[in-house]
Amino acid sequence: MRDAVVELRATGDFTALQEAIPYTRFMGITAKIVDGDVLGTMRYSEHLVGNALAQKLHGGTLGALLESTAIFKLLWHGETNAVPKTINITVEYLRGADSEDTLARAEFTRHGRRVANVRVFAWQRDPERPVAVATAHFLLVPD
Amino acid sequence: MSDSFLPQKDEIKRRLEGRYVGAVPHNRALDLRVVDYRPEHLSLCLPYRDDLVGNPETGVLHGGCITSLIDATCGGAVIMSLTAPRRIATLDLRIDYVRPALPGQEVICDAHCYKITRHVAFVRAIAHHGDDVSPIASASGTFVVFRETEKGES
Repeated sequence: MRDAVVELRATGDFTALQEAIPYTRFMGITAKIVDGDVLGTMRYSEHLVGNALAQKLHGGTLGALLESTAIFKLLWHGETNAVPKTINITVEYLRGADSEDTLARAEFTRHGRRVANVRVFAWQRDPERPVAVATAHFLLVPD
Repeated sequence: MSDSFLPQKDEIKRRLEGRYVGAVPHNRALDLRVVDYRPEHLSLCLPYRDDLVGNPETGVLHGGCITSLIDATCGGAVIMSLTAPRRIATLDLRIDYVRPALPGQEVICDAHCYKITRHVAFVRAIAHHGDDVSPIASASGTFVVFRETEKGES
């Protein structure tokens, strides 16, 4: 995993990192650098659905994409190779997410030495109409 | 608890499992199980699985699947509080990770819908490894409760 983080910093390629994390493989969550920033993607799959009747994604899967995108961005930017530890995350659900790919971007509200405050946005067709947003705090040093 | 009550409780558990897990593809993919239930309360269990690990160095489950477990359990606790069938949707969910999860161990979420109004339900939950005085995570969520005549956006 540490090798994958070193490779990410050197090349901007998330492949080794996302392959090293079983859960992101299970979820179909990937990341790449687009326009100099981390873009997280959760590929649509039937097993992500929460409401089978309305064909809407499970709220937990959106939380997972938001948290993963924040962690990917912290790993890409960070100064240590340790995995940031989630202190807390608040997810706001803004509208139902359809059965299609979901994208996400993260912004650092404050990136300190110990703690990072991150705001994350997830959308489907239109970035101006987010399906969910999150505010999260991460611990960047060992507890 | 009398012996004759136990089969009945198991039967209800099976029905709830059908409703909260069987009918929800992502809950089924996580293999969630009903641990316990009573009015306003629901407990679900997320079995440990290697493919849900977030950090391969420690073997600890990813926060994402714990978020799904907590969201599913909180939503179920709201449904356990309803007097008539209603559609609900999560408004927000806050999760504090108070201590690291342990590798190889299932995670149980206990959720309590402590207040429900005409349109909104409030839920508190904790996630733990079987000892609820030593939680992994503490959570609170709010849900919108749709009236029968309403549909679509909250």
